[in-house]
Amino acid sequence: MKRRAQTNASRRTPQARRSKQAKVSLPPLWTRKEIRLRVNGVEYTSTVDVRMTLVDFLRHELGLTGTHVGCEHGVCGACTILLDGQAVRSCLLFAVQADGAEITTVEGLGTPERLHPLQEAFRDHHALQCGFCTPGFLMSTLAFLRENPEPSDEQIREVLAGNLCRCTGYQGIIDAVRDAAQRLRSGYGA
Amino acid sequence: MNERPGESRESMVTRYFGEPIKRNEDPRLLTGRGTFVDDIRPPGLLHAAFLRSPFAHARILSIRTEKARALPGVVAVYTHADLPPALQEPLPKLIPHPALIHHKTQYALAPDKVRHVGEPIAVVIAENRYVAEDALELIEVEYDPLPPVVDLEQAIQPDAPLVHEDAGTNVCAHYTQRVGNVEEAFAKAAYVFTERFVIDRGTAAPMECRGVVAQWEPKMRQLTVWDSTQAPIPIRNGLARLFGLPQSSVRVIAPDIGGGFGPKIMMFYPEEVVVPFAAMQLERPVKWIEDRLENFVAMNQEREQIHEASIAVDKEGRILGVKTVFLYDAGAYIPYGLIVPIVASTTLPGPYKIPNYHCEFRAVFTNKTIVSPYRGAGRPHGVFVMERLMDRVARELNLDRAEVRRRNFIQPDEFPYDVGLIYQDNAPLIYDSGNYPACLEKALEMIGYDRWPSERERYRREGRYVGLGLACYVEGSGIGPYEGCRVTVEPSGKVYAATSVGTQGQGHFTSFAQIIADILSVPVEDVTITTGDSGAFSWGTGTFASRAAVVAGNAVALAAQAVREKALRVAATLLEARVEDLELRDGRVFVRGVPGRSLSLGEIAVAANPLRGTIPEEWEQPGLEATRYFAPPRGTFSNGVHAAILEVDIHTGMINILKYVVVHDCGRIINPMILDGQIRGGVAQGIGNAFYEKLVYDENGQLLTRTFMDYLLPTAMEVPEVEIAHVETPSPLNPLGVKGAGEAGTIPVPAVFASAIDDALAEFSVRITEMPLSPNRLLEIIRTARERSKEAKSPR
Amino acid sequence: MKPAPFQYTAPETVEESLVLLHTFREEGKPLAGGQSLVPLLNMRLARPSVLIDLNRVRELSYIHDEDATVSIGAMTRQRAVELSSLVREKLPLLAEAVRYIGHPQIRNRGTVGGSLAHADPAAELPVVTLVLGAQLVVRGLEGTRVLRPEEFFVSFLQTALAPEELLVEVRFPVHRTYGTAFLEVARRHGDYALVGVAAMVQMDGERCTEARLGFTGVGPVPVRLPEAEEAATGRPLDDSTLGEIARIVAARLDPHSDIHASATYRKEVAGILAGRALRLAAERFKQREGA
Repeated sequence: MKRRAQTNASRRTPQARRSKQAKVSLPPLWTRKEIRLRVNGVEYTSTVDVRMTLVDFLRHELGLTGTHVGCEHGVCGACTILLDGQAVRSCLLFAVQADGAEITTVEGLGTPERLHPLQEAFRDHHALQCGFCTPGFLMSTLAFLRENPEPSDEQIREVLAGNLCRCTGYQGIIDAVRDAAQRLRSGYGA
Repeated sequence: MNERPGESRESMVTRYFGEPIKRNEDPRLLTGRGTFVDDIRPPGLLHAAFLRSPFAHARILSIRTEKARALPGVVAVYTHADLPPALQEPLPKLIPHPALIHHKTQYALAPDKVRHVGEPIAVVIAENRYVAEDALELIEVEYDPLPPVVDLEQAIQPDAPLVHEDAGTNVCAHYTQRVGNVEEAFAKAAYVFTERFVIDRGTAAPMECRGVVAQWEPKMRQLTVWDSTQAPIPIRNGLARLFGLPQSSVRVIAPDIGGGFGPKIMMFYPEEVVVPFAAMQLERPVKWIEDRLENFVAMNQEREQIHEASIAVDKEGRILGVKTVFLYDAGAYIPYGLIVPIVASTTLPGPYKIPNYHCEFRAVFTNKTIVSPYRGAGRPHGVFVMERLMDRVARELNLDRAEVRRRNFIQPDEFPYDVGLIYQDNAPLIYDSGNYPACLEKALEMIGYDRWPSERERYRREGRYVGLGLACYVEGSGIGPYEGCRVTVEPSGKVYAATSVGTQGQGHFTSFAQIIADILSVPVEDVTITTGDSGAFSWGTGTFASRAAVVAGNAVALAAQAVREKALRVAATLLEARVEDLELRDGRVFVRGVPGRSLSLGEIAVAANPLRGTIPEEWEQPGLEATRYFAPPRGTFSNGVHAAILEVDIHTGMINILKYVVVHDCGRIINPMILDGQIRGGVAQGIGNAFYEKLVYDENGQLLTRTFMDYLLPTAMEVPEVEIAHVETPSPLNPLGVKGAGEAGTIPVPAVFASAIDDALAEFSVRITEMPLSPNRLLEIIRTARERSKEAKSPR
Repeated sequence: MKPAPFQYTAPETVEESLVLLHTFREEGKPLAGGQSLVPLLNMRLARPSVLIDLNRVRELSYIHDEDATVSIGAMTRQRAVELSSLVREKLPLLAEAVRYIGHPQIRNRGTVGGSLAHADPAAELPVVTLVLGAQLVVRGLEGTRVLRPEEFFVSFLQTALAPEELLVEVRFPVHRTYGTAFLEVARRHGDYALVGVAAMVQMDGERCTEARLGFTGVGPVPVRLPEAEEAATGRPLDDSTLGEIARIVAARLDPHSDIHASATYRKEVAGILAGRALRLAAERFKQREGA
C-alpha cells in the first residue's frame, strides 16, 4: 500500500520538534488507517481506528462473532486466532497491526454440517459446555497439532493452559485433543 | 410414579434416556455460530459504558456531565436524576424473609451515596464503546469519601461505620434454627470439639461477562431485551412492571450464555434496567457488554462466612449435637435475601443423623460487592464445617475417618428423612432418598483406602508429604416452585419444545430432547429445544439451585407424554381403532397386528389442525401440542463422596493432586456424558475455591484482584483427571426419578483439600480451618505448627 | 476496557524507529510483542500519545551464531528462541527459562527485547541475562551503548533506556563447560514467578568449582548473590552446603510482599529453589561431561 502523507496531526504531538529531524523521513502517523488482510481466505479492505483491537475488528467490523472476548488482557484465550498460522491473542493486537496478514478464525474451520476433525473430536468428548471459550481452544489446539502431531498428555495440558475454561474441568478437552491428533494423523476427514 | 416415561404403557424401548448422547447444540457452538449477547447487532446500535464508583463508601456531592455530553460520538449521559420515578426507587426485593429486617436493595444508578467499588453512578451512550469510555473520563463527580467497613467481624462492632445509616446497624438479619436441645446434648457428651472456620470471597468468573442489548420499537410499542440472565421470564415480568408495559409488550431472550454459575440470576442488576431505559429514551438499540474489570466488581460474589462451630460426640464418635454460629457477608445490599446462609446452615447436617442441632447466623452489610448465590451457594460452607468437625472427631478419638462417618450415616431404610429444619424453599428439609453408605464404600474402594496407610508410609520414607482426603455431602436440589414446557409436533413430524428455563451450557438442548425423543419415539436430532425466550414460553422462574433437569425436565416429560396421548387419540379417530390397539413406534402410530395401517406424527399433526370441519371434544385443542407444568412439593436431595490424594511440597507450599475420585448419586441419569461434564467442571471450580481463587480487598474496600493475572482460575495444568462413579437412587418426588447435579462437583472440594492436607501434614499436627489456601498460607501454617511443636517439646 | 486514543506509526527500519523515538520521547511508546503493554493500554493504565509499532522492523528479528556469542535481535519472538536448536545447544539456560514465559500463545507474539525492556522484576529473561553475563545493546540517534544487565535493570519496571533509545540486541556469551538450571515457583503454570532461580555451575567431580545464582521475583530487579555463590564454590553440593546457601539467600534477599506471597515466603522459597537449581545444574554438568 502506498504511503500517504501524515494524517490527523494529534493535538498532543509537538509538531515543531519533529521538523528538526534529520535525513530519515518519518513514517506517517495515523489515527485511522486503511488495512487489507485475508480472513479465512477472504480478502478484506477496511479503514479502522488505530486503537481498535483486532478482536473488535473481526467481530464488529467483519461480523465474525465466533471469536470471543473474555478478558481483554490476554489471559483467558477466548479470542485466540491464527495470525499467519500462529495462535495469538487477538485482544492484544490492534487491527492495524494485521495489515497484510493472513488470519484464520473458528469460522474458517468446519461447518455445522461438516465439522473439522478437531471440532468433531471436541463434540465426541464433550469438550465444551457453554461454548464461549471453545473457539479459542480450537484455534490454540489447531496450531499446536500442526507443530506437534504426536503430543504427550503433558504437552497437551501445557498448551491448553493458555486458555481458560470455566465449565468443563478440561478433561474432555484433553481427551478431544489427544483423539484429534490421532484423527489428523490418520488423515481422517482431511 | 417411578417408571420412566415411555417405559410404562407399551413395548417402546428407551433409546436415549440414560445414554451419552452427543449434544445437539455442539455443531453450532463449535463453528462460531453460537449467538451470545455480544453477537446481537441490530442496525443503528449504540453502546453503553457505566461510570462506577472508585470508592467503597462515599457521598456523592455533585455530578457534572456537560463535558461528557459534548464529546463527539456521545449520544446521551444519564444519572440518577435523569431516571423516571420507578427507576429511582431501590430495585425489587427478590426473596423476602421474616428474619430479614433491613432488606436493602441496590439502585439503578446511585442517588447520593455509593456503597461499594463498582456501583454504577452514570451511563454514557455513544456510537461505540471506545468513545463511551472516553466520555466516562469526562464526567466530573465530587465525592465525600466515608470510612468504609470492609472486614466482616469489624462490621458488627458497635462503632463500625454504617453501610445504610437508616438501618442503624450493619446486621440486617439474625436467624436461628434449632433441632432438639443442643445445650443438653453438649452437657452430657463425652467430648465437645470447637473450631473457628473462615471462608473467604470468590467470584464465579464465567468466561462470558454479563451483557444486555435492548431494542425498543416505538410504533409496535415492543421492547426486546437480550440479556445474559439465568432467569429471562422473571426479568421480563419485572421490566414490564417497571416500565408500565403489558407483559406481552416485553420479550426477554437469554440467548447462548457463556456460563452462569449463579450470579447471572438477579433481579435486577442495574444495567438490566438502565440499558432498556436508554433504548426506549433514544428509540435506538443499545448494547452494554460488561468487561472483565467491571465483572470483578459489578457482578455478584460469594463465599465469605466465618463459623464458630462445635460438635458433641459420645465415646464411640456418635454425634450428639452440632452447633454453628456464623457471620454471613452480604456485601453492600441484600437483594437475594437470606438464601445463601440458609442453604449453608441446612446443608451442614449432610448425610449424618444429628439429633440436636443449632444453627444461627447474622447477615451483615459491608462496603463490598453484593453477594448472591454462586455454584454451591452456601453448601461448600456447610460441608466444610461439618466434614472438618468429623475429621476432628476421628483424630481426637483416634478413630478411622471413614468409620466415624459410617457410624453416623442416615441408613438407606430411613428415608424419607426429616432433618427437622426449614429449607431455602420454605419447605421442611426432608431428604427424599439416598444410599450414603454405598457411596462412601465405593469412593473408598476407588481411592484405595485400604492400602492407604502403607502407601502413606511409603511416601513418607521417600520424604514426600502425601495425604488422603475425603468428604461426604448432601446437596439440596430441584426445588420448586414450578417450570413448564410446551411440546409441539409440526406437520414435518419434527418436534419443537419451548421451556421456561434458560441454559448456560448444561446441555438442555440435548437432555430435554432425549426425554422427548423417547416418549414420542423420534430421533433425538429431530427435537429442537428452545430455552430462555420469554416470547416462546411465558411462565417460569429460572435456572438455579440445580433444578433445571428436575423441575423443567419433568415438565418436559409430562408435556411430551400429553402429546403422545393426544397423538394416539387423534390417530384412533383417523384409523378408526381403539387407543388400546395403537402403538407409537419410530414416529408412527400403528394399529397392532395391522402393519399396513399407520400414520406418521406429521400426518397426525396436520389432521389435528383441520381447515374445515371441527375438532372432536376429546382432542381438547387443535394441533399436536401440549403444555404442562411440574411443581414439586419440595426439593430432592442428591449426595456424594469425593476423595483425593494430594501431595504438599512442605518447602514451597505447592500442592499436587495425585488422584481425585467422585462418587455421585443424583437419581436416574438422563445423559451420563453431560452429567460427568457437570461434575468435572464443578470439581475444577472447587479446586479454585480451595487453593487458587481469592478476592482480596484492602482496608479501603478496593479489590486488589481485578484481573485474571491476580484472580487465579485453575488451568489444564492445575485440574487433574477426575474419576467418577455413580450410584442411582431414584427420587420418589418426580416421574423421571431425577435429582439435581449442577453444583455437586464444587461443593465438597475445599473440605477434601483440607482433609488431605491435614493427613499429609499429620506429623506437624496441622488443622486446616480456612479456605482458600495458597502456597504462602500453607507455609505459614506449617511454620506455625512447627514452632508450636518445638515449644511443646522444649523443657520448661 | 478500550484503550484511550493514540496515534500509530509503524517504522520498518531501526533508523526510522530511532527518529520516531527521538521525536516523541516520553510521548512515544515502542510496541514490541505487546503482551504486557497492550493489557495496560486496554486498561488505560498506559496512555502514550504515539504508539511506535516495531513489529515491521524485520532487521531486529534474528538469532546469530557468532561462535563464542549468540546474538538475538530485540524483536525476535520468544517462541523462536524456544524452538531454536542453536539456543538449545548453546544457551540451554535461556532455552529452559523461556518456556516459563506465559504460554505458547503469548510467546508467539512476545519478544526478547520487549520482555527485557519491560523489566518486570518477576520475569524470566532479565535474570537469565544477569546470570549468563549478557550484553544489552542499546541504540539511539547519538550512538550505541552496550550495557551489562546490572546497569540495564534499574528498578521496578525501569531500565537505563532513555526515552529516545531502543534496545536492539542481546549478546549472550556461550558457556560451554557449565551446567545450568532454571526453576521457578508460580501460582499456576505460566504465571509470573513468585520466586525464580537461574543457576550455573562448574564441577570438579563432586566439588563445585564455580557457581552463579540469579533470582527473580524477589526485589525490584533481578539479583545475583555473590555470597551464596561463594558458599557453593569449592564444596560439594550436599545438604549441608545447600542448607548454608539457603540461609544466606534468606538473609541477603530483601523481597517485597504482595497479595500472592509475603517477603518471608519469598526468602524461604528462594533459598530452597537455589539449592534445587544448583543440584539440577550440577547433575546436568555431569551428564554433559559424561556425554
